[in-house]
Amino acid sequence: MFNRDRWREILEVLTTNWFRTLLTAFGVFWGIFILILLLAVGKGLETGVKLDFGNSATNTVVVWTQTVSKPYKGLPKGRRYNFKIDDVESIRENVDHLRFISPRNQLGGFRGTDNVVRGINTGAFNVYGDYPEIIQQDPMNITAGRFLNYSDINEKRKVAVIGEGVRATLYDKTEDPIGTFIKIRGVSFMVVGTYDKEFGGGDQEEEENEIYVPFSAFSQAFNMGDNVGWMSITANDGYSISDIKESIFGILKQNHKIHPDDVRAVGHFDRYAEYSRVERLFTALNLIAYFVGILVLLSGVIGVSNIMLIVVKERTKEIGIRRALGEKPWSIRIQILMESVFLTIISGMCGIILSTLLIYVINYILEANGPVDLFSNPNINIGVVIIALTILIVSGLLAGLIPAQNAIRVRPVEAIRTD
Amino acid sequence: MIEIKNLHKSYKMGSNSLHVLKGIDFSVKEGELVAIMGSSGSGKSTLLNILGMLDEADSGTYNLDNVPIKNLNETKAANYRNKFLGFVFQSFNLINYKSALENVALPLYYQKVNRKKRLQKSLDYLEQVGLKEWANHLPNELSGGQKQRVAIARAMAAEPKVLLADEPTGALDSKTSYEVMDLIQQINDKGNTILIVTHEPDIAQMCKRIVHLRDGVIEKDEMVEQVRASQYV
Repeated sequence: MFNRDRWREILEVLTTNWFRTLLTAFGVFWGIFILILLLAVGKGLETGVKLDFGNSATNTVVVWTQTVSKPYKGLPKGRRYNFKIDDVESIRENVDHLRFISPRNQLGGFRGTDNVVRGINTGAFNVYGDYPEIIQQDPMNITAGRFLNYSDINEKRKVAVIGEGVRATLYDKTEDPIGTFIKIRGVSFMVVGTYDKEFGGGDQEEEENEIYVPFSAFSQAFNMGDNVGWMSITANDGYSISDIKESIFGILKQNHKIHPDDVRAVGHFDRYAEYSRVERLFTALNLIAYFVGILVLLSGVIGVSNIMLIVVKERTKEIGIRRALGEKPWSIRIQILMESVFLTIISGMCGIILSTLLIYVINYILEANGPVDLFSNPNINIGVVIIALTILIVSGLLAGLIPAQNAIRVRPVEAIRTD
Repeated sequence: MIEIKNLHKSYKMGSNSLHVLKGIDFSVKEGELVAIMGSSGSGKSTLLNILGMLDEADSGTYNLDNVPIKNLNETKAANYRNKFLGFVFQSFNLINYKSALENVALPLYYQKVNRKKRLQKSLDYLEQVGLKEWANHLPNELSGGQKQRVAIARAMAAEPKVLLADEPTGALDSKTSYEVMDLIQQINDKGNTILIVTHEPDIAQMCKRIVHLRDGVIEKDEMVEQVRASQYV
């Protein structure tokens, strides 16, 4: 089947009419080119958007308090309430499959006034009272010193971990912040560590302008009592936080005498739902890329099929002669099919190679010009290439099928008739 | 070698059918050189096509070398054609983009003879028809007579039982015709069975037996004194 004569003949047939072969090949080339390009651009968008999530734990829900919207047990609506530190324990006891529950408090915020002082330098920063687990929910790199630990919590140490942005504002470049003191709202904290964040989209700078102190020390220093501002709750791998969150809300409502049907009292942001929405979006985008790409490819394949029909027509007599000489119908069928598959694969490979080159160039330009928001590192993996090749082989076979059938349908006696 | 009995064949032409062969009984022994003569429309080409398994009879029996030829599917027919028959056509029917050598090698290729052996054998046959120096020329670089000689070499390459020639000299001038007939006679002298369809009496006279067809029946079947073509060459 794959002997030398077969190949020679394929080449002879395809090279007899160069221009026609090229035009036909272009259809398939263009189809696969578009397909790969669409998939790569989709991938680039996906990588870009997912970068925005950073590497934070996506199986996480953030809950906070809002005003109660239904009267319950003699309490009026419109009431405000606070989470208490006891809520953490009762959630931990009553809800399974939770990995982290981090109660958090915060000072400062968007466009806050200066709240941190060191010597003659001042700055407005977000100050968080946190538990050590927060570093696993909202990852950061410790660039010097250490992060908070449970000794800090238990002993209510007034220590702080500051972002690189904070350091840049409060310290000289050459100064080592570890062991120095900063005043947060008039209370002195010792800096024990600095951190930075990996590229996380537009919020990176903001996120490096933060200060983390132990939750217990924060509550004591800023008169929070046992109030909790909000909580970040992460589920174990394999369990979706979206499924678990309602039971968490149930516990909270019970603890704070809120009507079980009150949907407004507990505010939340479900990062997992958000993430899976993005996932779905890109799955859809991928499907569209395949759909469009394959449609474009299809028109190329129809072109191949057309040309093969013409080739068969032109070679009717030759095929007749060969059958008279004793070539079996299968052999002729295979010949036509191989010509068609060969043409499709060669032009498809050109498409794959050229689109890959283009993607390489795009990547090169992206890299040279620095990061672009929501678009990063468009690429295709070997899986996509294999899928594309499979599509090519199948479509080549499909394109050759009708012409091959035509080729052996003509009876040899009609094919060689001289008129 | 060839035995046919009561062969009928008709073609459908729209609503009416054309009865071309109306009961042919005919046999050929090994080593014969038979001319089938007849005016156009007498059914001689149809007979040859049926003998060549390019076409199928409506009724009647056909035995080729004691093998009954019936109910052939295309694969089987291709196989028989390849093993039993060699074809020579009026219009040569060489494959244009293949060299003379490759053309001769084609039937051997279908017999799955390996490439080296195939080309060696083909070259031998080309030598026999006197075209060894032309082995690598394409058909359009050859004259009509040369083309037909390549075609004959091709037909003989598979060592068939019977050589079937449909107007082998129809497209050639008389001098070249005689050259080709000389070649055919030489092949016949080696013991090969050959059937020639022709409407030229002088060509027919160079065979050993002439079968006259007229309106689908055998009108006359006579042995003739063979005229050697070599005297005209």
